[in-house]
Amino acid sequence: MIPLPLTAPPGVVTADVLASDLGCFPTLEEYVPLVSAFKDDGFEMCVDLCGVDYLEHLDRPMPDFVIPTRFEIVVNLLSLSKKQRVRIRVQAGNNDPTVDTLFDLYPGTEAMEREAFDLYGVLFNGHPDLTRILMPEDWEGHPLRKDYAVGKIPVQFKEAPGPR
Amino acid sequence: MSDPTIRVAERVELLAAETSEGAQGLQARRVTDTDELGREVGAVLRTSGLTLDPNDVDFDRRDDETMIINMGPAHPSTHGVLRLMLELDGEFVLRTKPVIGYLHTGMEKTGEVLSYVQGGTNVTRMDYVSPISNELGYSMAVEKLLNIEVPDRAIWIRMMMAELNRVASHLVWLATNGMDLGATSMMIYGFRERELVLAFFEKTAGLRMNLNYVRPGGVAADLPDGWEDDVLVICDTIYERTFEYDELLTGQPIFRGRMIGVAPITAEEALALGVTGPLLRSTGVPWDLRRSMPYLAYDEVDFDVIVGTFGDNFDRYAIRLNEIRESVRIVRQCIEKMPSGDYRSQDPKVTPPPRARIDESMEALIHHFKLFTEGFHVPAGEVYSAIESPRGELGCYLVADGGPKPYRIHVRAPSFVNMQAVPLLMRGGSVSDAITVISSVDPIMGEVDR
Repeated sequence: MIPLPLTAPPGVVTADVLASDLGCFPTLEEYVPLVSAFKDDGFEMCVDLCGVDYLEHLDRPMPDFVIPTRFEIVVNLLSLSKKQRVRIRVQAGNNDPTVDTLFDLYPGTEAMEREAFDLYGVLFNGHPDLTRILMPEDWEGHPLRKDYAVGKIPVQFKEAPGPR
Repeated sequence: MSDPTIRVAERVELLAAETSEGAQGLQARRVTDTDELGREVGAVLRTSGLTLDPNDVDFDRRDDETMIINMGPAHPSTHGVLRLMLELDGEFVLRTKPVIGYLHTGMEKTGEVLSYVQGGTNVTRMDYVSPISNELGYSMAVEKLLNIEVPDRAIWIRMMMAELNRVASHLVWLATNGMDLGATSMMIYGFRERELVLAFFEKTAGLRMNLNYVRPGGVAADLPDGWEDDVLVICDTIYERTFEYDELLTGQPIFRGRMIGVAPITAEEALALGVTGPLLRSTGVPWDLRRSMPYLAYDEVDFDVIVGTFGDNFDRYAIRLNEIRESVRIVRQCIEKMPSGDYRSQDPKVTPPPRARIDESMEALIHHFKLFTEGFHVPAGEVYSAIESPRGELGCYLVADGGPKPYRIHVRAPSFVNMQAVPLLMRGGSVSDAITVISSVDPIMGEVDR
């Protein structure tokens, strides 16, 4: 388990999650400063960013002082120089989840944040182009949410001609 | 013309509405603000976020001087259904925006309703050119959560199959890349050699593609009798023929002219964009998960990590060609060192009882039935496991809630992230280079859209 960088905002909750990754549980305010501290500490790459909808597990076990919310954004950072990974799980909120964008730190998160927005409806403050990426622009709802039923909407084609 | 649903060329507004991507598409200059324009031009690079060099972006250019055209989703050189919106000034590309999602089939959602046993059939269809990598990433994530040991033989079989798959995947890349550049003979040769590998897959797993061969706990079947000979023939043939490709492509002036110095990317840019795989290594960063963070038994075999210098198309070509040779080298060592023993874990939790036991024991029958209907339960937790696929880091983020189905399965697809480098690589190049750029990024749309 690796320690937090010295420049990290004070009070960030950490816990050994699984494997050898360090798990951090920042609040919404601590989130971007923490990632920024990791970046300064040699984590050159943001490998992955995805959302999780914990609708069915709102009371999941969490480290002390972390209040679990329905939506979570999970960020995986990688340090090429230290050969280490770190996982940051930020609680994004229950309704209208919103977090700040990492685009300014890691431009590579652009598509990943768009994907999280598209599939979970998590808004990213300051993202330059928060549009849908996988679903069509006029799609309703966010398909990976747990309350979005599978097969609820028939396949849509724009102005498909009727049956002959 | 009275019927509004009839689509004819004269009804331009209908055609436009039909093909419009709305906000996802590339917008005209007059409706794009300065920052956004800079970002799309690629001047945002990208060291400390939005650092715009005003000299780099031509803000004065007007819409009537440029033209936005579509490339794809049905263009043959887009390797599937990638749609690129290009802003052209004559023949030169000013801005590019990839529009993806044409192959989105909701595989991550599907993964949530399939049990862990069935999950392999789902993930294997993501990167359909290297299915073993997907299964491997997924299986390793599940095994990490289950905390089970995989027998040695399974590890080495996995490694050998993954490397054979890397060979097949790079051969497809060489073939299609040759096709894109007009070297059509390469198309034939690449697919011919790949057939050798696929035939061996069929012999081993029963299927040529989408194998579902690597499963949580081990692999689906042991290697067939006489596999050493088959694999040796594959190794010898392909290794020898890589030198024929050298003759066919590497030294060929037209090929070199179209590859060398085209679409360079720096290490700094690649890291900022999260790009991995041959694209990152072409910039000189020796980052290969097989070497840097070894999994399976990669720390017990000898191989070189191929690294480029200039980050251009030719480096990416050379890296992939040489990685075929390195993979063949690993496969040869796998043949030599292949341990005997079980090809799957004997942990009854994940492995069904042998067929003979089912005939004589009711418990075995029930166990077998439960395993394939309900599936095994995985303890609650979350895990990220990453492997080096032919295209880069393939990660699997898995959230388990203690039930027989994953609560959330997210695949970090290398092609999806690498796609972000396309606008940067395209910038300032000509349309004919655009085709080589798509090719050298090597996106597999099944994986991009999932």
